[in-house]
Amino acid sequence: MKNNAQWEASLFELIRRTSVDLPSDVEQALKRAYTGEPKGSRGRWVLETILENIRTARAQDTPLCQDTGTLLFSFQVPVGFDTNALAAVTRVAVARATRMGYLRQNTVDSVSGESCSTNVAHGSPLFRFEQCARSTVDVRLLMKGGGCENMGRQYSLPDPVLGAGRDLEGVRRCLLDAIVATQGNGCAPGVLGVCIGGDRCSGCEQAKHQFLRRLDDRSEVKALGKLEDRILKESRTLGIGPMGLGGVASLLGVKIGALSRLPASYFVTVSYMCWAYRRRGVVISAKGGLQRWLY
Amino acid sequence: MAVLNPRRLTYPFTAEQTGALRTGDFVLVSGLVYTGRDRLHKYLFDDGACPVDLRDGAIYHCGPVVVHGDKGWAVRAAGPTTSTREEGYLPRIIRNHGVRVIIGKGSMGKATAQACREGGCVYLHAVGGAAKILADKVSEVKGVHFGAEFGLTEAMWMLEVKDFPAIVAIDSRGRSLLQRVRNGSIRALRKLFDSGEKITP
Repeated sequence: MKNNAQWEASLFELIRRTSVDLPSDVEQALKRAYTGEPKGSRGRWVLETILENIRTARAQDTPLCQDTGTLLFSFQVPVGFDTNALAAVTRVAVARATRMGYLRQNTVDSVSGESCSTNVAHGSPLFRFEQCARSTVDVRLLMKGGGCENMGRQYSLPDPVLGAGRDLEGVRRCLLDAIVATQGNGCAPGVLGVCIGGDRCSGCEQAKHQFLRRLDDRSEVKALGKLEDRILKESRTLGIGPMGLGGVASLLGVKIGALSRLPASYFVTVSYMCWAYRRRGVVISAKGGLQRWLY
Repeated sequence: MAVLNPRRLTYPFTAEQTGALRTGDFVLVSGLVYTGRDRLHKYLFDDGACPVDLRDGAIYHCGPVVVHGDKGWAVRAAGPTTSTREEGYLPRIIRNHGVRVIIGKGSMGKATAQACREGGCVYLHAVGGAAKILADKVSEVKGVHFGAEFGLTEAMWMLEVKDFPAIVAIDSRGRSLLQRVRNGSIRALRKLFDSGEKITP
């Protein structure tokens, strides 16, 4: 990998834009949610504040939420690409974005309790690499705050309390339960990322991986697409509303994936993404130049 | 509707001011507020010495993005962090320090509701994630405590705010808006479980 400065500039721009500017599919969904709340209601006021916040953060080039979150980088690289060098230059970009206030000093040593001033530490940022038959690098960044991350949960079916068996009806019950258990505490209206199956670990990763999808897409697996639509529709009857202060829009979307499982296990893993759903992606040329934006 | 008729709260926050508020009311807070989150709450709960007098004051659950420029400290983002984590600490802090206003986000339990009732305190819910809009309500950074000990995110920032918007989630009678919403959603969930058309393979 050559042209480190060029690479760093492109990755820095990805971080900056992710922090200050929500993708248009998310903003559109929030606008629709706003018009769906009655005039003069708390829900409408919350969404009005959210939309104004999005516009102001973009215009003034500041982080739209102070919790700039866990930084999850997903790379698709050409076969044989030096991913160590790519990780190293990404860390440099993260440290600069922190210094410039696009990222909060958001990383704490879990043993000593010490705060890290650069966000570059053991386990931060997080990387996922995939080799593909391509000549460019595709980078997607998710910034996921702690408030919504704390709301994630994992069910093991059957669950007698929920009356949830090992089928899609059981999954439906888990998801509705997860929405009610979360209330507005993950900064509603948010998005559910779900994985059916896998083991405890891969289920969590796959659930979160769903957040790389656009809000306006639908699972290509017909049964899952139907379930996504249904959960979203049913969530509107729960009355939780924006920030859990009451209202119609308790969710913006539901994204469900599935992994194969062992005969003995049936996990349903739910990750909650807040409305400040920071997701951006870029295609970077082999020379490090920013080629085009994804999403 | 409450949202169209804001109530005003101005520092120092008296029992009379908070006593007039009801859950669901829309309020605009002005004056001095202190930020504090996990570390400050543990510290105060453990009877650590408080460098300021919190009586009739407000604690804002917030870890702001603050940068030091030519004109001193500037707040770039300052939305609420989840208050629920402080449930174990807050009742004691409200009682010991006479705090009158808590600003944050997320569900609070019975212990905080009871401390609110006893102390004439209110819990105000801000819009989570709206960090830029809320940072713009900060007119001045008046100082900082525990910056070195807790780090800049966890520090106790003294902020002067003007018309900071929030919704009364727990009033000084100990009533909780979020609990009411939760109860309603549990009833609706039972309905979906009982009568919702089951998915068949």
